[in-house]
Amino acid sequence: MSQSTISLTQHTVGRRKYSQVAMFVLFRIAAIINALALFIVIFFLIKNGWQAINWTFLTQSPIDSMTKGGILPCIIGTVYLSVGAMIVAFPLGIASAIYLNEYAKQGIALRTIRFGINNLAGVPSVVFGLFGLALFVTWMKLGVSILSGSLTLGFLTLPVIIGTAEEALRAVPDTYREASLGLGATKWQTIYRVVLPAALPSILTGGILALSRAAGETAAIMFTAAVFYTTRLPSSILDQVMALPYHIYVLATAGTEIEQTRHLQYGTALVLITLVLGMNLIAIIYRSKLRRNR
Amino acid sequence: MEDRRQLKDTLIRYIFFLFAFVSIAILCMILFFLVREGVPIFEKVSVKDFFLGKYWYPTSDPPDFGIFPLIIASLLVTLCSASVAIPLGIMTAIYLAEIASTRVKEIAKPLVELLASLPSVVIGFFGMVIVAPFLQDAFDIPTGLNLFNASLMLAFMSVPTICTISEDAITSVPIELKEASLALGATHWESIVRVVIPASLSGLSTAVILGMSRAIGETMVVLMVAGGAAMLPSSIFDPVRPMPASIAAEMGEAPFRGDHYYALFATGMVLFIFTLFFNFIADYISNKHRQVGAATL
Repeated sequence: MSQSTISLTQHTVGRRKYSQVAMFVLFRIAAIINALALFIVIFFLIKNGWQAINWTFLTQSPIDSMTKGGILPCIIGTVYLSVGAMIVAFPLGIASAIYLNEYAKQGIALRTIRFGINNLAGVPSVVFGLFGLALFVTWMKLGVSILSGSLTLGFLTLPVIIGTAEEALRAVPDTYREASLGLGATKWQTIYRVVLPAALPSILTGGILALSRAAGETAAIMFTAAVFYTTRLPSSILDQVMALPYHIYVLATAGTEIEQTRHLQYGTALVLITLVLGMNLIAIIYRSKLRRNR
Repeated sequence: MEDRRQLKDTLIRYIFFLFAFVSIAILCMILFFLVREGVPIFEKVSVKDFFLGKYWYPTSDPPDFGIFPLIIASLLVTLCSASVAIPLGIMTAIYLAEIASTRVKEIAKPLVELLASLPSVVIGFFGMVIVAPFLQDAFDIPTGLNLFNASLMLAFMSVPTICTISEDAITSVPIELKEASLALGATHWESIVRVVIPASLSGLSTAVILGMSRAIGETMVVLMVAGGAAMLPSSIFDPVRPMPASIAAEMGEAPFRGDHYYALFATGMVLFIFTLFFNFIADYISNKHRQVGAATL
């Protein structure tokens, strides 16, 4: 009697253990699929794109209706647009984060602001594009330009900056603030002299992430900044520019010789993900270093 | 002296308060401009015909502005991608939060972040030149640019969103709950299914909704991969034209402030309302069922 009970228990324990092992394997596979997806995309871009990349490709303008030549105007355009977006979003984002983390008290105002930020983060990029077209390009008469594109991208990346800056401020220990206030500093002096310097490295990490997001964005600049093709490099912020992501789209879908320019498309895509993933890697490594030092 | 310092401090406080409202202001401006540029279409087409019209031929004469096929396409790609992304995202989150060792986590979490940072145009390009020909051969179908391909690509764009938010939700489950379950003799797996997942359910739902919201608004992938036919699909291998694809593809050619232009803005308005709705639900769930310690279970 007791003998059989024991073997039965052992049997169920064995089965429970077995189902745990089986499920854990399944979960591990799910995680591996994700990593695999990332590596497959990178692998194919490198495999088909590395031959296209040489000095000429990076430093020349496209020629022969974009079937030959390089992508210099696109690289420059993307740099202008994403840096411009940061000039817009960085101060705004940090100021919002300072209010949220240092000043705001629980209540209706805070909930409204949070609601706004969450929803802004969820607005589709093509809707940002429409908005930029209606407000900056048409209503403010800035035209299709670096300025319009940067403002649109700046608004688009604002939630990213707010989120990371807030997290950075939250990580500053309260003892810092108390020490400063205890020495007679005002709230603003405390924020400016103590809290912000302590949070700055992490805030910058967020800035890099937002920069990479802006660099890879396509739909938001389609109607606001990017142009199909232009021979000259931009000379003012009211000029239209070519941009890497838009260039990939144009070559892959609307070029004159889609098959013939395949290597250029791969090359451009490779340059773009090198930029974007590179910035992300820098941010990730820098952040983990900051966390370790804390 | 002291007074001036205090005055300055109060002033600065108000300035920051104004800055914090910028996000709300932008959101309102987006809505305002979408309405301003979108509503004039309803002078030409009735609201019912616009939403339920089965034909989207904006450039033919007379033009048809029925976005029903576009809405259905958007919903279908979102649902199909969700059916891949939800299990994949949540399982990865559970793996990262519960199963993986610290060393594996240190590598795996950045990988998820990198997946999230891949530009959508690159994923669209990948779907177009690598996945589409593969599908065409594998399933012997006329075109690889279709609903299935687009859903698959979108899934990998929403997995990181679902995964990161789910992981936060799972890690924030109080450790005592899990310890209690383990102490009662449950295996690790049983504790995950019976205790950890139920306790983090509201966070997981938020993750799923935000992931789907990301998928429905994603533009470049559906523009390049979905095939672009503004028809009601009859199989998962039919090409479709979701709302963002239509806007992005046609805005360049639509005459300024013409009917087509207004119709595209109105489509943008619908898209905006869809994502707003998703966010409302996510916001509601995460506020309503906020986990405050073990007591609220």
